[in-house]
Amino acid sequence: METAATLVAASIAAGTPMLLAAIGILVHERSGVVNLGVEGMMLTAAVAAFAVTHDSGSHMLGFAAGMLAGALLAAVFAFFALVLHANQYATGLAIALLGAGASAFIGLPYSGQGLPARGADGIAGLRDLPIAGPVLFGHHPLVYVALLLVLAVAWLLFRTRAGLVLRAVGESPESAHAIGISVRGVRLAALLFGGACAGLAGAYLATVYTPLWAENMTAGRGWIALALVVFATWRPLRVLVGAYLFGGVTMLQLYLQGVGVQAPSQLMSMAPYLATIVVLALISRNPRWIRLNMPASLGKPFNPGA
Amino acid sequence: MQILRWTAVAAVSMLAVACGRQEPPAPPKAEPKAEAKAGPPAKAEPLKVGFVYVSPIGDAGWTTQHNRGREQMQAALGDKVTTSFVEKVPEGADAERVIRDLAAQGHKLIFTTSFGFMNPTIKVAEEFPDVKFEHATGYKSAANVGTYNARFYEGRYAAGVLAGRMTRTNTLGYVGAFPIPEVLQGINAFTLGARSVNPKAQVRVIWVNSWYDPGKERDAANALIGQGADIVTHHTDSSAVVATAEEKGKMAIAYHSDMSRFGPKAQLAAVTHHWGEYYTKTAQSVLDGNWKPSNIWGGMKDGMIKIEAFGESVPKDVVELVEARAAAIKAGEFHPFTGPIAGNDGREIAAKGVILTDEQLGKMDFYVQGVVGKVPAAGT
Repeated sequence: METAATLVAASIAAGTPMLLAAIGILVHERSGVVNLGVEGMMLTAAVAAFAVTHDSGSHMLGFAAGMLAGALLAAVFAFFALVLHANQYATGLAIALLGAGASAFIGLPYSGQGLPARGADGIAGLRDLPIAGPVLFGHHPLVYVALLLVLAVAWLLFRTRAGLVLRAVGESPESAHAIGISVRGVRLAALLFGGACAGLAGAYLATVYTPLWAENMTAGRGWIALALVVFATWRPLRVLVGAYLFGGVTMLQLYLQGVGVQAPSQLMSMAPYLATIVVLALISRNPRWIRLNMPASLGKPFNPGA
Repeated sequence: MQILRWTAVAAVSMLAVACGRQEPPAPPKAEPKAEAKAGPPAKAEPLKVGFVYVSPIGDAGWTTQHNRGREQMQAALGDKVTTSFVEKVPEGADAERVIRDLAAQGHKLIFTTSFGFMNPTIKVAEEFPDVKFEHATGYKSAANVGTYNARFYEGRYAAGVLAGRMTRTNTLGYVGAFPIPEVLQGINAFTLGARSVNPKAQVRVIWVNSWYDPGKERDAANALIGQGADIVTHHTDSSAVVATAEEKGKMAIAYHSDMSRFGPKAQLAAVTHHWGEYYTKTAQSVLDGNWKPSNIWGGMKDGMIKIEAFGESVPKDVVELVEARAAAIKAGEFHPFTGPIAGNDGREIAAKGVILTDEQLGKMDFYVQGVVGKVPAAGT
């Protein structure tokens, strides 16, 4: 039981970076923009957050730097995609590659460096409770922030006027434009939010989770987040399930190795990807449901002047 | 001042974003000796010694220790040598280019410090017969290529004794990179050491299939702690395992370097590598003109392996016990792989009093009794 509790707790911590990145992606994809550059944004944010935390000793400044770096790259994307109407997929891929290269370059002096030790996370007193302690109270504050963010986005999207505007822009930018909504303004805001979320995810990885900087340390989590959003049919709570599930299977295969289960460890490393895709594909197998939820203008540039 | 540095980071990142620059290959960084100019002119040209590192120097880990060895040699030999190094060299075709560059620049002694540099080293050595090469942890040598390695398992045995005495859950966690003999020697020596003082001790192993992947190392350490391990150790390059133990309030035994910075409370001790003496000796023999290719497998007695940096939480009698065992190994009175040794599948590996030969150690492909599970199919 104790083992199961720590497994669940570890899964939540491991799923959090994907969750943070995915919720940001969900928001800008709901506004009709595909940004494939998330992996690059996460990497750049990771190195920025690590550098700032390393030099200043302040985790808060590190998170701020990460969010800023993510948003900055999102702004670059927005310039090409929204102002110049470049192909979103190509621009996103360029941002992903650029972020990977730039982060490796900036990170040169920081690779192999460490951050000073951090104490235990969570709420003192409560985190030592049996079972509930590690699962509910033993996490870094960002884990709770990510969870609240998902709930907030779910509420915002489906219960508020702002959410309605965002979805309207994603469904039919022409109509939204006709009733006086600034399509590009909404999309820019959504992209910047997505960039900041990806940045927070990168910052969490580099300064809390690992905490070390290594080239390409996000190890494809940005791509996973992109896939999660699609398989979760752009529904925030399904993204939550998918991200924790991915974290869970990642941890489970390590646990199985620890108890001596015999399987090639390379095969086990594959398991999280497979399991997440299978489960999300199963819960989202209704094609009508996917069509209903997929923003109709996803990936299509909108040029009000044209 | 710090504001300035952040601004610089921001500026660099924006610049990098703007130009889309890719990482340029790092040029070799020469460290000319300052006194060389100030002091009396040296009789002969200083010997140029080159080092090829597989990872960034950083402040803890495999390459850190090799770089300390280089600094120690430089300090010991003063203006008789100049040294330079290239860090973060990928194993493979790039390595060959880097090694050839160093040789072409007039380095007469070149240390290549990772297993994967073996074939590139041999290849370049054929082209530069008057340059001496020293390759770490490999098994191919030539007229101008020697190899050197350390008996890491000696330190592991001592660490096992420490862990066996300190554990309260009788479960020890081990994060391994690849199931190759060198790593298995460590796991088995650690287990034998632990069980020599605590027959109930068990070792759980998780393989991460990478020498350096802090995220995975951390996940693995977490999983081991979740399975009841109260002491974790690692045969991977980052400090992530020690940092994780610190965060979880558990204990850790560091590898390669003292990592107490990352786990001031967690670190019980560190099994550390020391190459300085060997580098000094080798450079001196080249200076004296009597260098010969050799195949060195040094250990505690050569000062290559130590157990040190004991944590405050370790009681004095335990430190004394561990140091006594280490001293016995150092003096050659005790070999960690002395029978009786049984595999964890129950078969006999060595009868009572029998010591495994170096050849047997070099082919190790089993877990001893006390390790949970089976060795996964090897292959790196």
